[in-house]
Amino acid sequence: MTDVPSPGRRGFLRRSIAIVPAAGALTATGFVAGQQVAAQAASAPAAAASPPYTPVYFHAEEWAFIQAAVARLIPSDDTGPGAIEAGVPEFIDRQMEGAFGQAATWYMQGPFVPSSPLFGYQGKMLPREVYRAGIAATDAWCKQQKGGKRFAELDTGTQDEVLKGLDGGTIQFAEVGAKDFFTFLLQNTKEGYFSDPIHGGNKNAVAWKMIGFPGARADFLDWVDKPGVHYPLPPVSINGPQG
Amino acid sequence: MATIKKPSVDAVLVGFGWTGAIMGMELTAAGLKVLALERGENRDTVPDFAYPRITDELSYGIRGKLFQNLSKETVTIRHTPADVAVPYRQHGSFLLGDGVGGAGVHWNGHHWRALPADLQLRSTYEARYGKKFIPEGMYLQDFGVTYDELEPHFDMFEKICGTSGKAGNLKGQIQAGGNPFEGWRANEYPLPPLASPNSAVLFEKAARELGYHPFPQAAANASRAYTNPHGAQLGPCNFCGFCERYGCYMYAKASPQTTLLPTLMKRSNFELRTRSHVQRVNMSPDGKRATGVTYIDAQGNEVEQPADLVVLCAYQMHNVRLLLLSNIGKKYDPATGEGVVGRSYAYQLNGGATLHFDKDQPMNPFVGAGASGHAMDDFDGDNFDHGPLGFVGGATINCINTGGRPIQQLALPAGTPTWGAAWKKAAKENYVYQTSVGSQGSVMAYRDNYLDLDPTYKDAFGQPLLRMTFDWKDNDMAMTAFIGSKVEQIAKAMGPKHISMGFKKKGDHYDVRPYQSTHNTGGAVMGTDPKTSAINRYLQVWDVPNVFVMGASAFPQNFGYNPTAVVGALAYWSAKAIRETYLKNPGALA
Ligand SMILES: Cc1cc2nc3c(=O)[nH]c(=O)nc-3n(C[C@H](O)[C@H](O)[C@H](O)COP(=O)(O)OP(=O)(O)OC[C@H]3O[C@@H](n4cnc5c(N)ncnc54)[C@H](O)[C@@H]3O)c2cc1C
Ligand code: SF4
Repeated sequence: MTDVPSPGRRGFLRRSIAIVPAAGALTATGFVAGQQVAAQAASAPAAAASPPYTPVYFHAEEWAFIQAAVARLIPSDDTGPGAIEAGVPEFIDRQMEGAFGQAATWYMQGPFVPSSPLFGYQGKMLPREVYRAGIAATDAWCKQQKGGKRFAELDTGTQDEVLKGLDGGTIQFAEVGAKDFFTFLLQNTKEGYFSDPIHGGNKNAVAWKMIGFPGARADFLDWVDKPGVHYPLPPVSINGPQG
Repeated sequence: MATIKKPSVDAVLVGFGWTGAIMGMELTAAGLKVLALERGENRDTVPDFAYPRITDELSYGIRGKLFQNLSKETVTIRHTPADVAVPYRQHGSFLLGDGVGGAGVHWNGHHWRALPADLQLRSTYEARYGKKFIPEGMYLQDFGVTYDELEPHFDMFEKICGTSGKAGNLKGQIQAGGNPFEGWRANEYPLPPLASPNSAVLFEKAARELGYHPFPQAAANASRAYTNPHGAQLGPCNFCGFCERYGCYMYAKASPQTTLLPTLMKRSNFELRTRSHVQRVNMSPDGKRATGVTYIDAQGNEVEQPADLVVLCAYQMHNVRLLLLSNIGKKYDPATGEGVVGRSYAYQLNGGATLHFDKDQPMNPFVGAGASGHAMDDFDGDNFDHGPLGFVGGATINCINTGGRPIQQLALPAGTPTWGAAWKKAAKENYVYQTSVGSQGSVMAYRDNYLDLDPTYKDAFGQPLLRMTFDWKDNDMAMTAFIGSKVEQIAKAMGPKHISMGFKKKGDHYDVRPYQSTHNTGGAVMGTDPKTSAINRYLQVWDVPNVFVMGASAFPQNFGYNPTAVVGALAYWSAKAIRETYLKNPGALA
């Protein structure tokens, strides 16, 4: 990681490194259908083991924002892994460079006229431009309102307050729709948390393990008719076994 | 841009999804030289839908890898004729198909025949409730073809698809375990029903105990290995959970690829040209005959393709747009109510309850197929007395588990925050225990819900986009409120820990963001009166006899079912008329 993680996150990573068994040990003992085991496995800090990801789209300050924001949207706690262990920032950075960030399959011809939210995002800016402008505007807002600190430098309680303001419309910006920005950010955070690990998020299928989704197994003929039975197998990715 | 002129063919098909493939089969069988023009790419089970690549929720389910690329062409939408329409910029409400197989690749496979009354809706309502029952401004029409006429074609399409189900009415005899409301059937379904997921078993029991008539959903997801009448082989569905929005890697979901193309692509009198985007139908100077079509090829060349017969198979809204761009038929005008092209656009009004069960009842939501589950028809069509209720139409109610892909299909109890620790905790605790009971409701046609060309927005080739003017009406809201009360009753009887209701209420407007259904209908309606229909009962354009228009654009109003069985049956019905009558004497079919 190129940024300085927030104290809360650093603390979490230290804790999780200490308590989580090696990924291999889990496979050796086999997967138990219970959610408790899944939750433990889910906190395996894969990101800590593999080389840190270097963002391609986001600049250093933006990267700090993304890490801090997704860590609040899906925090790390005793329930299971958060967005950081799942590699959500890497996922979002990769999306910015791909078709989504560039709205490659969206109709992006003008005129762009204001309309009811019922008609979906009608902005002229590409999602990646919304991120760039949204991060800058949020950081500027924080500096002004929160004692000269950027979003990533605030304590987690204040960060939550700011995110709620973006989500609920109480914070507004001139250059970019705060709600549009928040909507993309939350959508992509959840996508990065739950999509196949091939896209850079959901590292070691931690989020799938936590909720009990078996991933790309896609073969359940023997399981369609088993009322009251928990599915026993751990998730696999398109890339093969996980965790 | 070079202009190329190609040698003439007997018939050109515009679009190569379900209807294009059916027409291709039928018209080549009649000995015609047939050319299909498809704007998208070629696609087949291998390599395009092969495991494991296809089980990628982000690429297929969320980013829509198989859908129409809206950057090139979309529609614009507004709620009333007084509003300014804005583009449908991202896929949401409906998911348009693209490429070989069209939306027939990434559909679910819910396979429904229409009810006999659905096809004669105006006559049915007038006879039972009187003319006054039909509200002002509602365009209610008969299809102009009867159930009895379509029955052999429904039967054929089920055999082509290898549909799994249980008959409810065999030659007039009501059958235990099937849908007692369905029209008569000459034959059982080709395959027995799919096994039902846990949730649907609970639904079936609850609905039956309440006195309703649940039955296994007929599914174009093969419950066994199957060989169809053309010799195409389907494999058994394994409930992979990556069905609608995905191609089927098991060869189990009926699509043009799994059912028709293995035969059609080998016929020497058939040709397919992909990446051929049709711009318009070319007309003779007097406007009485089509002379062929013009398309843009992969290199950007403009190509003129002469043909004796033009069949539009481009999906409901693209068919209507092509008619408008080609000046075929009189444009509909909502101010006067005159004109037919663009008239009677309709959609569907769906609702549902999300259920969460206790820890001892895992629903394993990831175990599912496009059409696996149970449905009931007690409050659909005219199967119940509308007299005291005062609305037209109804809905099927079902418990279908299509899969539990976590980005799109994770459903949390109402009131759960959308992010933060509480959201995550709820996701962890509820995912395995979730299911839903849904409803698919009819929407009628109205004077001011219609399609025309947008005055402002253009496609990538500079042609005007189609403009959709659509919103919910009081009748539809009364229908959905009634259905919601039934869904809630059944959901409660299933005994969940928690129920969240999701039904639209009076005053709600059409929201294009969440997926609702790709069951868009109307705009080139079929019928027996040229004043109120664009095509006759054989799907032939009234004034231009060598143009036929397939697809749900022909439906005069929508119903509580998924459309494709009717779309397929109508294509077979039209093909029969072309083969047996039109080709002998290529003029208007009376
Ligand atoms: C997610 C989803 C789920 C569905 N589930 C069900 C279901 O369970 N049951 C059901 O009955 N129905 C379902 N449907 C609807 C079903 O897919 C359609 O009814 C059916 O595919 C319509 O067939 P069609 O031939 O009219 O159009 P399509 O299959 O869409 O084919 C139209 C083809 O025409 C091509 N085309 C369009 N314009 C042009 C042009 N200008 N030039 C050249 N080519 C062109 C398109 O690229 C496309 O390939 C579903 C649809 C979707 C998207
Ligand atoms: S659920 Fe069945 S029919 Fe659907 S894609 Fe999977 S295997 Fe094919």
